[in-house]
Amino acid sequence: MVSFLLVILASLFFTGIVIRTKSITSGRKGPGIFQPMKDIFRLWRKGSVYSKTTSFIFKIAPTAYFSSVLMAILMIPHGDYRGIISFDGDFVMFAYILAFGKFLMIIAALDTGSSFEGMGASREALFSMLVEPAFFILMGSFALFTGHTSFQSIFSSLHYGSYIAYMLGGLATFVFVLIAMIENSRMPVDDPKTHLELTMVHEVMILDNSGFDLGTIMYTANLKFAMYGAIISNFFIGALPLEISIPLFLLIQVGFAVTVGVIESFMARFRMGHNPQFIFILTSVSLLIFFGVLLVLGKFK
Amino acid sequence: MGKILIEIFNLLAVATIISFPFFKTKGRGVIALGIITIQIIISSIVAVSVFVNGPVEYAYPGSWATGVIPVRIDYLSAWFILVISFTFLTGAWYGIQYMKKYIDQTFNLAMHATAFIFVYTALIDICIVQNGFVMLVVWEIMAIGSFIVIIFEHYKTETLKAGINFLIQSHISILFLTIAFMWVKIKTGSFDFEAITAYTSTQPAITGIGLFIVFFFGFAIKAGFVPFHTWLPLAHPVAPAHISGVMSGVIIKIGIYGILRMLMLIKTDMVSIGYFILFISVITGVYGVMLAIVQHNLKKLLAYHSIENIGIIGIGIGVGCLGLGFDNQILVVAGFGGALLHVLNHSLFKSLLFYSAGNVYQAKHTMNIEALGGLLKRMPRSGYLFLIGSLAICGLPPFNGFVSEFFIYTGLFKGLLSNNFLFILVILFAILGLVLIGGLAFICFTKAFGIVFLGTPRESSHDDFIEETPLKMIPLYLVALAIVFIGLFPLFLSPLLLKITNLYQPAISVEVVAQLTKISDNLTVIGWYSLVFILITMFFYYIRHFITLRRESREDATWGCGYVGDTTRMQYTASSFIRTYRKLAEPFLLIRKTKKDASGLYPGIVKQETHPDDKIEKWLINRPLFFTRGLLNRFGFLQNGNLQAYILYGFIFISLAILLPIIIDKIAILVNFLNHL
Repeated sequence: MVSFLLVILASLFFTGIVIRTKSITSGRKGPGIFQPMKDIFRLWRKGSVYSKTTSFIFKIAPTAYFSSVLMAILMIPHGDYRGIISFDGDFVMFAYILAFGKFLMIIAALDTGSSFEGMGASREALFSMLVEPAFFILMGSFALFTGHTSFQSIFSSLHYGSYIAYMLGGLATFVFVLIAMIENSRMPVDDPKTHLELTMVHEVMILDNSGFDLGTIMYTANLKFAMYGAIISNFFIGALPLEISIPLFLLIQVGFAVTVGVIESFMARFRMGHNPQFIFILTSVSLLIFFGVLLVLGKFK
Repeated sequence: MGKILIEIFNLLAVATIISFPFFKTKGRGVIALGIITIQIIISSIVAVSVFVNGPVEYAYPGSWATGVIPVRIDYLSAWFILVISFTFLTGAWYGIQYMKKYIDQTFNLAMHATAFIFVYTALIDICIVQNGFVMLVVWEIMAIGSFIVIIFEHYKTETLKAGINFLIQSHISILFLTIAFMWVKIKTGSFDFEAITAYTSTQPAITGIGLFIVFFFGFAIKAGFVPFHTWLPLAHPVAPAHISGVMSGVIIKIGIYGILRMLMLIKTDMVSIGYFILFISVITGVYGVMLAIVQHNLKKLLAYHSIENIGIIGIGIGVGCLGLGFDNQILVVAGFGGALLHVLNHSLFKSLLFYSAGNVYQAKHTMNIEALGGLLKRMPRSGYLFLIGSLAICGLPPFNGFVSEFFIYTGLFKGLLSNNFLFILVILFAILGLVLIGGLAFICFTKAFGIVFLGTPRESSHDDFIEETPLKMIPLYLVALAIVFIGLFPLFLSPLLLKITNLYQPAISVEVVAQLTKISDNLTVIGWYSLVFILITMFFYYIRHFITLRRESREDATWGCGYVGDTTRMQYTASSFIRTYRKLAEPFLLIRKTKKDASGLYPGIVKQETHPDDKIEKWLINRPLFFTRGLLNRFGFLQNGNLQAYILYGFIFISLAILLPIIIDKIAILVNFLNHL
């Protein structure tokens, strides 16, 4: 319950901080940190235009996407405090629930019969497929490291005994930050602020969404960021008491948001063809973590 | 009771043939449907009573050739009987509607119906009979029956070619099985399956592994493990839709049954076998789905997905074997349990996908994905059912595919906690494989569903009147219902699975059983959470509906950067959807491309064609065949068309067969004599 509320809280200001960071680094004054939420509220109040080509799938997809992310957030613990849903192997369901939402978003994009949106859908499908192994190997390494197979039991028993273990934590954070960037279609892979349909990934998929649905999709993106931030914060919270862990959680979220902002300010988007190679790096880094864990545990024989 | 029911069951199949001459085509259809329904009811009663009252066992005295013919129906048999029966039930009821279009082909239909019933009967008999000789005979009936049902449209060359390919490969499979059964028969003098246990438990482990591998090759051809899969993508597209569904759903699963049965019987070093199966299965799964993505023919795409799912089932079996080898009960349950559950699940969603693809075919007369589009509006029922099947086959909650994949994942992640380095590496490999399979299936089905059913029609073609009559759709609804039901309430199946997996480890202690029920409890939990997920989605959709009701809403053209002309031909195609993937996977695939670029001032028609081929088939099957043919062609002079020459060959062969042992005997005596000098 704690983590659920915290993630919702973080989702309210996360994108705001990202945008604020970007404006500061580029020397602009920029909007306040609640501006993205205000935009979303405005969208929620608007009417919408639907393409004549679309069917029911186009209408339900944003909602299903939103509820899939919400369902995934329910599974995230806060250190020792378990998520609302917690069971053995919950991270498998976590990944698959997210995939469900993405599946509907992709076919909703194809539902419009537009070539732009098909392009975005194709890229999104490929990139999210390529990210998946990194996530599973990383969770596998943590399972191996702690001897448990659920989010809560893994994170609450995560103790870094040696320097190598700290390094593994750092690498895992690196991988997760990048997973979050890719899953949210942010900078090195996709530029949300681009104005050319041909170079977009996620933005082009939702070209035809408007009004309430668009607002839902935007808010889901915020939620997703906060969700990954929550997972990253779990690497460090461990079994700390609430009065330390909650500020730490918020600090990590803010730090994560600033990092995202900085990355977006100082990095250029990759050429589309280079993205798969970049995403493969994540899998190889997580394999590195896996073997690091084997090394730490002395199971290398 | 069980004995009488099984006898009635078999006699009913014979009764079909006897009754056919007295009826017209329609009557035959009704008779065939009635008989197969009764057969299904009978076999289901037997299977359910086995689960309730425990295994049934009886024996026929047999003849001098076969020896005693034991019939044993244990939990494993009962599970497969239930799986096979359900798919045949929906297949028969869907098939009779599907076949209405061919009603003027009287004899062809009669043959088809008879063969269909015989395939079903043979499949059930394979599950229960435990005598190698009799099983081979039944297996042959099944193979020939399948051949006949596949080549229903035998007037098309493509169909006949695929059918003959199937027939040959089936017989290679039978060859392997015959060798294996003869091996045991020669060593022990018995065709009874129990002789296999008796034989392998007294021999060194390597003999057991060898015997298993021979059996595995035989069954793997049926199941479609890579590299024995080449008949599947040929046979599935040419068969009628209900046959493709049944074939992919259950006929290939009889190979899995065989493997599971042999694993139960053969006592040997399970660790090596586990590694072997796991390795082949990961390759099978990944390779199957990698090829599925690049297919342009919807049914061929589904056929490659059968290979992929056999891979997933195989991963489960491999994990189970490793569990047996390392004496880790949790792995045994998660591995074999996941595999068995996936057998059921795959039979459901794959038959659903094939049936709805069949509806598409009957409406559009093509299976070329690039030519389809926008069908969801024209045939909404088939469309949404196809969507359910797609989501289920990708293993997404809240559908059944997720339950079995989750089961296997549980096994794999539990396996990671072991202390054996090699074992951990293999498990890592399997996890990577399973994740990749899931991700690739995701691409494949967003493509298949998105391009076929969404957007607008890509080619204007004359379509038939689309009939989605209730009678035709009810079997599909039934399957879809089962898919959702298993996705939400796996708790009804987990006790059955535990009963089967406990067969693999007879000496199991009570506290271990308690631990194992914890795994199945976990399964129950994910069912409930899937339900929660559905409720959350419905709740938010209701809120959305409630809010948007009062907002302005209008319809307009899709955003096209201001272009307002006809955008039908500008839509994303299946090939463009997977282009980036194809570029990435190019080294593993074999894609023939023909391209006509634009050139000159007034370029003519520009076009590009891609034909996905099978690399493994080319290098492992076609190349060796090519060389063998080259070699054998040199002996072509023997085949001179002269009857006299052929009789001479026969004569030479018979004389050699008789004389050779005698000559060898004489030489032996001579050598003996010389030694004594």
